Amino acid sequence: MSTPTDAQPVSAAAVAQISVEREREQDRQRASTNGTSGKSGDIEATHNGTGSTLMTGAEILVRALDAEGVEFVFGHPGGAVINIYDEMARVKPRFEHVLVRHEQGGTHAAEGYAKATGKVGTVLVTSGPGATNCVTGIADAFMDSVPIVVFTGQVPTPLIGNDAFQECDTIGVTRSITKHSFLVMDVADLAKTVRKAYHIARTGRPGPVVVDLPKDVLQARAEFEYPSTVGLPGYVVPTKAKSDAIGTAVAMINDASRPLLYVGGGAINGNASAKVTELARTARIPVTTTLHGLGAFPETDPLSLGMLGMHGTWYANQAVQNADLIVALGARFDDRVTGKLDAWAPHARIIHVDIDPSCISKNVPADLGIVGDVGQVLDQLLPHITPLDTAEWLESIESWKEECPLSFDRDGALRPQHVLQRLREKTAGDAVVVTDVGQNQMWAAQYFQYAHPRSHITSGGLGTMGFSLPAAVGAGFGMRETGRPVISINGDGGFLMNAQELGVAAAHGLPLKVVIMNNSYLGMVRQWQELLHDNRYSHTDLTATNPDFVKLAEAFNCVGLRATSPDEVDDVIEAAWRVTDRPVVMEFRVITEEMVFPMVPAGAATDDMITQRFSNPGDV
Amino acid sequence: MTEITRQATAQQLFRKTTAGEPLHDGDAAHEHTHVITVVVENSLGAFNRVSNLFSARGFNLHSVAVGVTEDPALSRMTIVTSGNDRIIGQVVNQLKKLIDTRDVVDLTDLPYVERELCLVNVRYSKETRAELMDVIEIFRGKVVNITPDSMTVELTGPTKKVNAFVALMAPMGIVDIARSGCIAMHRELVYE
Repeated sequence: MSTPTDAQPVSAAAVAQISVEREREQDRQRASTNGTSGKSGDIEATHNGTGSTLMTGAEILVRALDAEGVEFVFGHPGGAVINIYDEMARVKPRFEHVLVRHEQGGTHAAEGYAKATGKVGTVLVTSGPGATNCVTGIADAFMDSVPIVVFTGQVPTPLIGNDAFQECDTIGVTRSITKHSFLVMDVADLAKTVRKAYHIARTGRPGPVVVDLPKDVLQARAEFEYPSTVGLPGYVVPTKAKSDAIGTAVAMINDASRPLLYVGGGAINGNASAKVTELARTARIPVTTTLHGLGAFPETDPLSLGMLGMHGTWYANQAVQNADLIVALGARFDDRVTGKLDAWAPHARIIHVDIDPSCISKNVPADLGIVGDVGQVLDQLLPHITPLDTAEWLESIESWKEECPLSFDRDGALRPQHVLQRLREKTAGDAVVVTDVGQNQMWAAQYFQYAHPRSHITSGGLGTMGFSLPAAVGAGFGMRETGRPVISINGDGGFLMNAQELGVAAAHGLPLKVVIMNNSYLGMVRQWQELLHDNRYSHTDLTATNPDFVKLAEAFNCVGLRATSPDEVDDVIEAAWRVTDRPVVMEFRVITEEMVFPMVPAGAATDDMITQRFSNPGDV
Repeated sequence: MTEITRQATAQQLFRKTTAGEPLHDGDAAHEHTHVITVVVENSLGAFNRVSNLFSARGFNLHSVAVGVTEDPALSRMTIVTSGNDRIIGQVVNQLKKLIDTRDVVDLTDLPYVERELCLVNVRYSKETRAELMDVIEIFRGKVVNITPDSMTVELTGPTKKVNAFVALMAPMGIVDIARSGCIAMHRELVYE
């Protein structure tokens, strides 16, 4: 069963149950009016109350999605799923179908929606290329624990394995990048499978689920009943910790003189931000977050150290290297966090709370592993927490903050950090920031000062360039009712990888604020080439292949704006915020040479962090 | 700070020991063979997920044997793998995480019985036949097929016994060999 959370006091199962009831009521109404869509009479007759209640698989799927409470389906039609699209036109479901322009964009949109709202994202694509185009998005959701369900069309069952047109072994291809997958061979299993898919995607450590739907199964008929129970005997969702583990954890925390909270995406998935904040403030423990943990603890709080790891703050990494206790909450000790494992946090005992048992002691053996939902474990822990005497420890941290703060030159050149600070000012941090991958991502992580959970969305584990724009489209749909601004941060490289989704945002009037930090290079690769490969900028110059981004925006019926100097930044931002009926693309012509600092080179020890450029590019 | 990286701290030593990793460069790795049984839903998709896990995560897979249980919906897989304590912990946790798996047990430190079935087709001549029959007798093997110059022997036993038998057959000239992989079960010790 899904667990009640801060944001959603009603369990998903209850929602599904309510939806099923609502659905049945609608069916009764439909039966009494004898159909309204006026399409093919014999199909309508199947559920007009007089004959059999058999439905096609396609209709079952559409109704099951409604019963599941799905709000948006990001999809692209094709031969194998044409029956589903036909039913959507006929049944007029409550969910809204969003026609994306590439299946990868659809998958990222579902991720963006899921991460912004905490609900499950839904994707619908056809067989073969439709499915393979989703692979990157599925892998991305798998690495970053994003709940999405991807429905893929499949060739009719008698043709499976015969190299039929648009056939692909979707289950085989996605096996190692899904939390689970289903090939539905019998229409009678379809509704049950949908129920299971959403349950698996949503609960425990969330993740992508693929449901492969052969065309003949969509055409076959069965009774429709959306099950209220799931029936997965091999699937256990961890919730609370064992009570002796809580006792040990409290003792370890009380025993520590230099404790540190290391907070990851699990704290956001578990809706535990308020509890993390309470733990930190009550016990006076400083907090560092991972890339996915940004927003779980307000970065404006003096206890915040910002992000740790490769491009984290120097002082967060200093705290890690000097801590005598690290409490990891829903984080997975990724190599971008730890650098050289042997040299990471050499003095710290480790308490690791995670909902996924396989995460505990995977990279760094934990002194105490607690399997459970971060929110529920903190509920158990908080009553036993008393203020610690960390004054001396916090003083050292303050001195590190003063010694090496995040900084950049203000010499009149246009730098991305300045743009991000101005965006932070403009929104007061109340926005959903969706970043791409590379330098833009790291600057956005360092300079936006996230204060709320679900205000930062990024592709962390897989590092998928082209993620930001489509994910922002998904987040834009999720935030449409709230009016919360959605800002998409891009580099010029990643932006073009899924730029087609601008058309989708424009068509739906989503007021996305799309930022392109255009340095005419694949900036992060360029940075490595400069620092580690003797300035050989092999194939990272994008000048010749970049379009005119302002014209590109206008061609997609968006507003295009450009700033080339720091003085123009505020004007561009103000102009962008005046537009409320369509996306605005803001191109900032930032300098090419800017690098992300501080930096732990890949595989190096955290102690060997580079805090500034060690060679002036003018000298080389 | 550089001192720390040169000289291992107590925590660093603890982590290495817990993971079963060598404490110093050049020390031997602490790798052990483990026998793990997995009760899994009886479908090709489920077997695929289990075996795929080993290649996708780079775990060693020495043998895998599958057969249906008393419940036709469930199969039991016996997996022989190896690694240090950290890796074996990962193998077990990752197997448990699969939605098709019902029960995962690492038998290695429990009392258990293991068996493997082996068929070996081995050459013989008048001169070697008597010696060959002796060895087969010692191993309680059974001749299941014979031609004028080769015979097929059926043998069951723990993997180590099968290994020993195969090693003794090698000088005779093995024509063909088929092994089932290890199957294993927890040994209940009621009267101890």
